[in-house]
Amino acid sequence: MRALAFALLISAAAGPALAQDLRPSGKLLLTGGVSTVEGSGGGGLSTWATTTGYGEAAGIGANLHATKVELSDFSLTTYGAAVGIFDRVELSYARQYFDTQAAGAALGLGQGFTFGQDVYGVKVVVAGDAIFDQDRWLPQIAVGAQLKKSDQGAIVRAVGAEDDTGVDYYVAATKLLLDRSLLLNGTLRYTEANQFGLLGFGGREGASLQFEGSAAYLLSKRLAVGAEYRTKPDNLAFAGEDAALDIFAAYAVNKHLSVTAAYVDLGDIATFKDQRGLYLSLQAGF
Amino acid sequence: MFIALLIMLAQPPHAVPGEEAVAPYAASNANAGASPVSGRALFQTFGGKAGIDRIVAATVDASVADPRTSDIFKATDLVRLKRTLSEQVCFILAGPCDYTGRDMKTAHRDMGLQTEDLTALIEHLQVAMDIERVPFAAQNKLLAKLAPMKRVIVER
Repeated sequence: MRALAFALLISAAAGPALAQDLRPSGKLLLTGGVSTVEGSGGGGLSTWATTTGYGEAAGIGANLHATKVELSDFSLTTYGAAVGIFDRVELSYARQYFDTQAAGAALGLGQGFTFGQDVYGVKVVVAGDAIFDQDRWLPQIAVGAQLKKSDQGAIVRAVGAEDDTGVDYYVAATKLLLDRSLLLNGTLRYTEANQFGLLGFGGREGASLQFEGSAAYLLSKRLAVGAEYRTKPDNLAFAGEDAALDIFAAYAVNKHLSVTAAYVDLGDIATFKDQRGLYLSLQAGF
Repeated sequence: MFIALLIMLAQPPHAVPGEEAVAPYAASNANAGASPVSGRALFQTFGGKAGIDRIVAATVDASVADPRTSDIFKATDLVRLKRTLSEQVCFILAGPCDYTGRDMKTAHRDMGLQTEDLTALIEHLQVAMDIERVPFAAQNKLLAKLAPMKRVIVER
């Protein structure tokens, strides 16, 4: 059922895109956002309604990203790739590694035990134009799905998750308030992912509706600063899960390279309190 | 002589020397495609009409030289384009100008413009505004007025 809905969304995405002419679309610096830890275009933690890349090759833009988050007791590393097609469709993939470091031993998993996850994403813009519709309140709206698969099925079930696979569905709305140099995003996500899915899916309850919001102020063509907030489910009995937040600065060296640095607070993770630290992400593309 | 007289008659009263004749149309500020900002401050930030003239000239020259967009301007009267574009920006920034050019839909009809063309122009405009030391936040207030024109300028 989940796989079917995911497949339907992908085919719905391909239809309108293929009907368009093969010509560059063109975008301004940073207007497509950066890469999230889940591979989709957005802020660092929250997915936006914009599509990734600058669409310079026949309307298709693509990028690669690498992100490192060093928390108090854990570290998260993600690599990924995303393709934006005709400003309408985005396909993405991310590979995440959540290293439990010394905490792994304390949790009985072993020093340096690492949870891994694959995230496959599809996003379709359904209405609005975040950049050009400056005379309308209507934001750019996109719907999307992220298929996530943990590679530690036995462990995530042992800690109380229902499943090692899950699909997040979301609706994102992004608006650039250009006369105030401000970009706002709000996303509703229907998810059962524990710690983004790294600790499996479901548990005490099933999927629930969660919120993520971002605000970014554009200081120059190249530099944006902002903050994000993302709520998450709290489904594992053994450890409470908190909302995530960050403050970030994103710098576009040019259309091919951008750097994002952030201070993130992911709250308590797997009984370890106050997981905070630095986030650094590099993104290369066209 | 007669033809020269006809050409002179065909020129709108706002034309400056060097402009080619155009088919008659009714000039109106409504053709500018955007309402002016409130207050005179932004106009001053852009260096008044002289600053706007320099920004527009630099933007047009760079767009003509840009291989992405040079073809678009092959048959364009650049003298008239610079004058009307400068009037338009001056009017939108609440300066003491009237816009005497055509409306946005008519002015861009059958040019086959696409978003990338607009993006290229905006990039040149941003550089020109940087050179005139217009602060980024002020630049965005002008771009916010121009951006919605995409819907009538871009044909597909």
